[in-house]
Amino acid sequence: MLGRLSLQAIPYDNVIIMSAVALMAITGAVVVGATTYYGQWGYLYREWLTSVDHTKIGIMYIILAFVFLLRGFVDAAMMRAQQATAGPGQSGYLSSEHFAELFTGHGTMMILFVAMPLIIGMINLAVPPQIGARDVAFPFLNSVSLWLTYAGGMLIMVSMALGQFGTAGWTGYTPFSEQAFTPSTGVDYWIWAIQISGIGTTLTGVNFLVTILRERAPGMTLMRMPIFTWSALITMVLVVLAFPALTVALGMLSLDRFFDFHFFTGDMGGNQMMYINMFWIWGHPEVYIVILPAFGVFSEVTATFCNKRLFGYKTMVYALAVIAFMSFGVWVHHFFTMGQDALRNSIFAIATMIIGIPTGVKIYNWMATMFRARIEFKQPMLWTLGFILLFTIGGMTGVMLAIPGIDYKAHNSEFLVAHFHNVLIPGTIFGMFAGYTYWFPKAFGFRLDEKWGRHAFWGWSIGFTVAFMPLYVLGAMGMPRRMASYSNPEWTPLLWVAALGAVIVMYGIVCQIIQLISSIRNRHRLADLTGDPWGGRTLEWAMSSPPAEYNFPVIPRVHGIDAFMDMKENGTAYQRPAEYGDIHMPQNTAAGLILGIAAFVFGFGLIWYIWWLAILAGLVMMGAVIWRSCTDDVEFTIPADEVKHIEDERFRKIALASQQTDVIDSESRGRVNIDGEPLSPG
Amino acid sequence: MLQASEVMRLDKFRPVRPLVGLFVLPLAGCNLKSLNALYTAGSVSAQQRDLIIITAVLMLFVFIPVVFFTLFFAWRYRASNEKAKYSPNWSHSRLLEVFLWGGPIVIIAILGVLTWNSTHALDPYKGLVTEGDKDPVRVDAIALSWKWLFIYPEYNVAAVNEMAMPVDTPISMRITSDTAMNAIMIPRLGSQIFAMSGMRTKLNLVANQKGRFFGKNYQYTGEHFAAEKFQAVAMGQQRFKEWIQNAKASGQNLDKARFASLTKPSHIEDVIYFAPVKSQLLDHVVQQYNNGTPRNRLTKTAER
Repeated sequence: MLGRLSLQAIPYDNVIIMSAVALMAITGAVVVGATTYYGQWGYLYREWLTSVDHTKIGIMYIILAFVFLLRGFVDAAMMRAQQATAGPGQSGYLSSEHFAELFTGHGTMMILFVAMPLIIGMINLAVPPQIGARDVAFPFLNSVSLWLTYAGGMLIMVSMALGQFGTAGWTGYTPFSEQAFTPSTGVDYWIWAIQISGIGTTLTGVNFLVTILRERAPGMTLMRMPIFTWSALITMVLVVLAFPALTVALGMLSLDRFFDFHFFTGDMGGNQMMYINMFWIWGHPEVYIVILPAFGVFSEVTATFCNKRLFGYKTMVYALAVIAFMSFGVWVHHFFTMGQDALRNSIFAIATMIIGIPTGVKIYNWMATMFRARIEFKQPMLWTLGFILLFTIGGMTGVMLAIPGIDYKAHNSEFLVAHFHNVLIPGTIFGMFAGYTYWFPKAFGFRLDEKWGRHAFWGWSIGFTVAFMPLYVLGAMGMPRRMASYSNPEWTPLLWVAALGAVIVMYGIVCQIIQLISSIRNRHRLADLTGDPWGGRTLEWAMSSPPAEYNFPVIPRVHGIDAFMDMKENGTAYQRPAEYGDIHMPQNTAAGLILGIAAFVFGFGLIWYIWWLAILAGLVMMGAVIWRSCTDDVEFTIPADEVKHIEDERFRKIALASQQTDVIDSESRGRVNIDGEPLSPG
Repeated sequence: MLQASEVMRLDKFRPVRPLVGLFVLPLAGCNLKSLNALYTAGSVSAQQRDLIIITAVLMLFVFIPVVFFTLFFAWRYRASNEKAKYSPNWSHSRLLEVFLWGGPIVIIAILGVLTWNSTHALDPYKGLVTEGDKDPVRVDAIALSWKWLFIYPEYNVAAVNEMAMPVDTPISMRITSDTAMNAIMIPRLGSQIFAMSGMRTKLNLVANQKGRFFGKNYQYTGEHFAAEKFQAVAMGQQRFKEWIQNAKASGQNLDKARFASLTKPSHIEDVIYFAPVKSQLLDHVVQQYNNGTPRNRLTKTAER
């Protein structure tokens, strides 16, 4: 009836896990209790859970990412504490099994449930308005993607309380990830969490490819698109081409595990090298999937806060395209040590280094944008500067690792761990923090507090440096990755330094939490009334903050790069249209939420061999899709009068802002005036 | 243990020595010897170390200008500096873009040549030539959970957790796994290579100094992964002969049954010697995963 699920699946005896479970349960109870107490279930359901609005979906993606960022960070801190205290003669406080769960969970969560939802969330927030669209091409599909991602994330959460998470590393190398070596539920949780969220990601890829190619405002040719939209377009090409490879690889692995196939077992004709090839055929493009949107954010932020046009727009686009194209031809560098001949290794090594060329060019272009600029050091710009300085180190060590002769030595060592954190933290994470602080006022109508933002920046930057530079040295000392304990006393001091780094990063995270709370409390002081708090250059700043459901009452016409800047310069930015028309928008639907819940149950059933439950959930999913497909009435109309009412309110706020310019904040001083805009409506 | 007289050999790159010190010393807590990747004991490893240093120095030509100009521009063109020139619409310069693309292309071209040559020179499968053209010592290494078995087919002896090697003599290893994927690595001697069931990989190493070197599987394999390790012991010819004799005198026959008991997952701290050893043991281990049939096309890469 319940497959292999029984009460023994709960790890009662592990105090650490049980307290984490308790914390999770209390948090859940508090959220549920508060929602009930304030009677907000209806609001939550109507306005958020069933929403197909890209802004709200973007926000929900980012909330998911931040929850998992906290969890992933706690895992990281626990690993740092273990390695600092598990030197010769000491045993640390974790079992080697638990340690393996931590590094597997940390990697899986940080890549697939932090980096991915952050990126997709930012793209959801910014891309439709950047291209002058009212929503994405397939709003319902967007909601499905979101809830599938949540379903995968919830499987990881449940794995803490029932059974265990994977212990085979986030890469799940075969044959160790096969039944023979890891028979428990761990690898199955890992597979289905990735599979279910991965389908969601693939659908997002399709959705945004179509959105960007088909939904652009009149006049916005490809070469007039904002650079962040370009990075999103190219990222989505990578998503659509790469994710199926992962889906197939994990599908084959689950056939191995469920039905005793031998694709990757190493015997009966199976080949473990094949899995590793397939994994990295997805895995390497994935590296660029998580970095290119960050490059896009840095480009927007640099131009905005330098108060200057981005240097070399075309070059930036070509560089993005070259990186994306090359990213499919370098996967072998993840296993130079597998025994290929020197010819093959050289080809893949040189291909890898060639990616360094466009990446270097991008960094030079950001620097050239800073040349003869007027740079304002607001939070997004700080993250960008931190990125340029720290990421360059990661790029250097990446080129070193790309040389097989060096990789033979550094592979699987802490040097490698230091390298990829050095590109992912200053690259992806800083990029997403830049985007978070940059677009937060757009999503919520008020800015994030600057002071706590600066503290967070320094906490992260210094903490990162202190935590990861020692790992380079440990790698040079020959320390392998994934060590739950070790017998070399010389590693201990550096591991303590790294642990200190984690503490400093924690300071940064605490500051970000304080920043969020304090900004909400001071939201009136930090309010963005104009919709353009930074002097933005692209169309999302032409909307109100937060945007109306339809984004633009009248679809703007685009005449060049930096469309909104053009409008401000021509004096058309705040002109009222002659008249408003009815606007058709997609209706909210529960189908996406139902699909997500059913997908979670489906995965859970498979993991525990509860076949009837999996089949039932599968039928519910099919039913939901069929029901939705048979629904004709999926749109509703916002009448012109209501549009006018909403827009009148917007212009009233803009007028208010112009009266208060001196008072509100010197930061946004006279932004509208400087550009010679008519300030009063009409 | 290590002799105090053993000094880091950086003869080929004497000019860059201070640079290396600059980077390495403060980070390593002034203990150069603990930097296994740089403090080498064999020619393969020494070449890899040189490669690391050359590349690191080349990379500095990228790194230093980026850091300098980023900080300089950030300071010079801060919004409050009204004196600095401001060109809000300057966004294109063909000449500058030629340099921006040209610079990285030149550096990557140099690195590309370096990569091509070093990858061929340092191919782990390539047999090593030492002074006096010594014949290599053949070692068959089998990864087990969680220990390593080293077989010396020429001498019909084997050892668990210890790999003896005559100094200044090339070691030609054939490697496989009778468990999950492993990766054999002796940091002070050089390259790492995967050990995979049903497949044979190869590795050639040489020790140019006597000593005991830390060796380990670097690919995570479960419970006792962290504790598992072995020692590579480089010794003089005479001592090596004695080592072989000592192993022969162990009286432990590594037959099919004994090997089967060894393959059971367990962590062993001690060194165990075996003689005689079932002939062609590594080939048998490889073939048991392939039902004794010829390996299929996909496995060819590792089989060259």
